[in-house]
Amino acid sequence: MTYTGAAALGVLAALALDLAVLRSRLVLGVVFWATYPIVVAFQLLSNGILAGLGVVRYDARAIIGVRLAYAPVEDLAFGFALVLTTLSVWVWWGRRAQP
Amino acid sequence: MRQLTYLAVLLGCLGAALWLEPVLRLGVLRQWRRLLGTVGAVAAVFLVWDVAAIAAGDWSFDPTMTSGVLLPGRLPLEELLFFLVVPVCSVLGFEAVRLVLSRRGAVRRGGDPL
Repeated sequence: MTYTGAAALGVLAALALDLAVLRSRLVLGVVFWATYPIVVAFQLLSNGILAGLGVVRYDARAIIGVRLAYAPVEDLAFGFALVLTTLSVWVWWGRRAQP
Repeated sequence: MRQLTYLAVLLGCLGAALWLEPVLRLGVLRQWRRLLGTVGAVAAVFLVWDVAAIAAGDWSFDPTMTSGVLLPGRLPLEELLFFLVVPVCSVLGFEAVRLVLSRRGAVRRGGDPL
């Protein structure tokens, strides 16, 4: 599978985890969406440095080729999936500990 | 020095978020079991994705800008650290935003993060 396909699947899986599996439902609330722009700003900066300097190189065949601050757009989807999954598990764990 | 490039970016991310813990008294690091469990579970899943993508050649790392320490799966040490640093920074940012919003009455204090 290309990175493009995997990134799209990752976003869907993270949404399913948040909405249906762990039911943290962060994407329906304000805290997640107030946090995410901050995370994206830091991602564009740090990822831009890594991709811009060539620390990480991407196979042109695995991505669609659209780049934002040097990094492929797929990285935004990857980052979204990573951050949403993290916060979903974090919130779920907190609720589990304090019923 | 050049080999520390990736590590320096990770340290920058950690530094950008870690101050939130003492300044806002978030108490995230105090809940180390919850943090460790969250980061461990997330990192395990995403490292599988990472190793698969590296094996497929979707992305690769410049050996002159990484430490050169390779873990199983040709995984650079920095990639493992990435999946520890980013989740910790995300949780710190999330709890900081939640705290600030709850102080302003935008969300219920200690309640659901909605």
